[in-house]
Amino acid sequence: MREVSTELVTRTVRDLCLEANYRLPPDVERALAEARTRETSPAGRDILDVICENARIARDEEVPLCQDTGFTVVWAAVGREVHFDGDFKAAVDEGVRQGYREGYLRKSIVEDPFRRKNTGDNTPAAIHFMLVEGDRVDLLIEPKGGGCENMSRIAMLKPADGVEGAREFILRTIDEAGPNPCPPTIVGVGVGGTFELAALLAKHATVRPVGEYHPDPFYAELERNCLEEINQLGIGPQGLGGRTTALWLAIETHPCHIASLPVAVNVQCHSARWKRAVI
Amino acid sequence: MGSNPIKLTTPLSEEDVRALRIGDSVKLSGVIYTARDAAHSRLVELLEAGRELPFPVEGAALYYVGPCPAKPPRVIGSAGPTTSYRMDPYTPPLLAAGLRAMIGKGKRGPAVRESMQEHGAVYFAAVGGAAALIARCVKELEIIAYEDLGTEAVRRLVVEDFPLIVANDAHGGDAYLENRKPYQSLVLD
Ligand code: SF4
Repeated sequence: MREVSTELVTRTVRDLCLEANYRLPPDVERALAEARTRETSPAGRDILDVICENARIARDEEVPLCQDTGFTVVWAAVGREVHFDGDFKAAVDEGVRQGYREGYLRKSIVEDPFRRKNTGDNTPAAIHFMLVEGDRVDLLIEPKGGGCENMSRIAMLKPADGVEGAREFILRTIDEAGPNPCPPTIVGVGVGGTFELAALLAKHATVRPVGEYHPDPFYAELERNCLEEINQLGIGPQGLGGRTTALWLAIETHPCHIASLPVAVNVQCHSARWKRAVI
Repeated sequence: MGSNPIKLTTPLSEEDVRALRIGDSVKLSGVIYTARDAAHSRLVELLEAGRELPFPVEGAALYYVGPCPAKPPRVIGSAGPTTSYRMDPYTPPLLAAGLRAMIGKGKRGPAVRESMQEHGAVYFAAVGGAAALIARCVKELEIIAYEDLGTEAVRRLVVEDFPLIVANDAHGGDAYLENRKPYQSLVLD
């Protein structure tokens, strides 16, 4: 057993909230700069310049990349040999509370979906808990904006729809989203599992580093093809026309029922923020 | 911005606005006002009651934004555009009252586009997510109405060289539809 203090969890979450909101992951920044060299639309190039410059300003001045500092999604992989000295969930929420207050981040969570009163501190976080081997706590914070989350979709396809059906659903989702998710985006796709598992896989796929293909060559090729086709849609940066509609597309899969083919698409904007720490 | 931007200062005349075409890069300076959903509903109520708006609407530009809290000593926190279509139902009466420009992100509906043509107005796209850069263009800030709305209160901003792209012009042009075509080699049916 390894004893982990919940105070350390709070401090770590607080720091990750700030880091994630101030600094774009290096792989995303690199992908934006590369897209700038390939983009042929003048407006698209201007927009990519603005986005790259914005990332520099946010990092240098330690201010939020985007005013929508998101729903705080927390991926927590906890080793089974870890023992916490208190309430883990409360510790995470306290970290979010401190981070969003001290970091001048916007509070965007309402306490009830219909009555819509702001909680005032961006809590509660959306915590996805995984029990793993070992004695470490792996925390990844992904602040997720509303504009792109709203463009995410799920479909319960028929097994007979196959790869073709999944491809078409992915393309249609991006086509309909148009400018709304602040393209260029990162597209997370979850295939298989159950209804809720597919959505979770799709969200998790959005934090795979840009440039890292699926280990299975079958899916790596599907990722490559889908990304290429998305970029033939012409939507472009901010939807104002161009060749850069998505920077990356990642697929995660899971075994599924003989009767089902769930496909979920989670759209992440160019402000593809996440930060990870292991304690 | 790479391509030569057109420099404009508010208040905007109908002539300024009618000269713009979709895809044009603009750098906007001067006074602009912020309003989101809740503020829009109150502004339109005032218009319907025949009362005065809390700012001079003739030639004005409205920015759809809900900024982050300002980190001292800054004037404003990160302040990028929010999605504009939510403001569509409130927009035609404001255009009829003299509103000349709107700043946001994403497509507008047909009623807004028609009203823009009729009254001579422009819709600019700001770069969604470029909130730290846009905040730097804001030189002054004053809350002028609806302080109870928090991040949604109406603010008077003085901006300098706010980078924008004309998304809908006063001639019915829509960059989201037309400027996509040259780059689109895959059309879904
Ligand atoms: S979609 Fe992303 S970049 Fe656009 S406003 Fe929302 S959080 Fe910001």
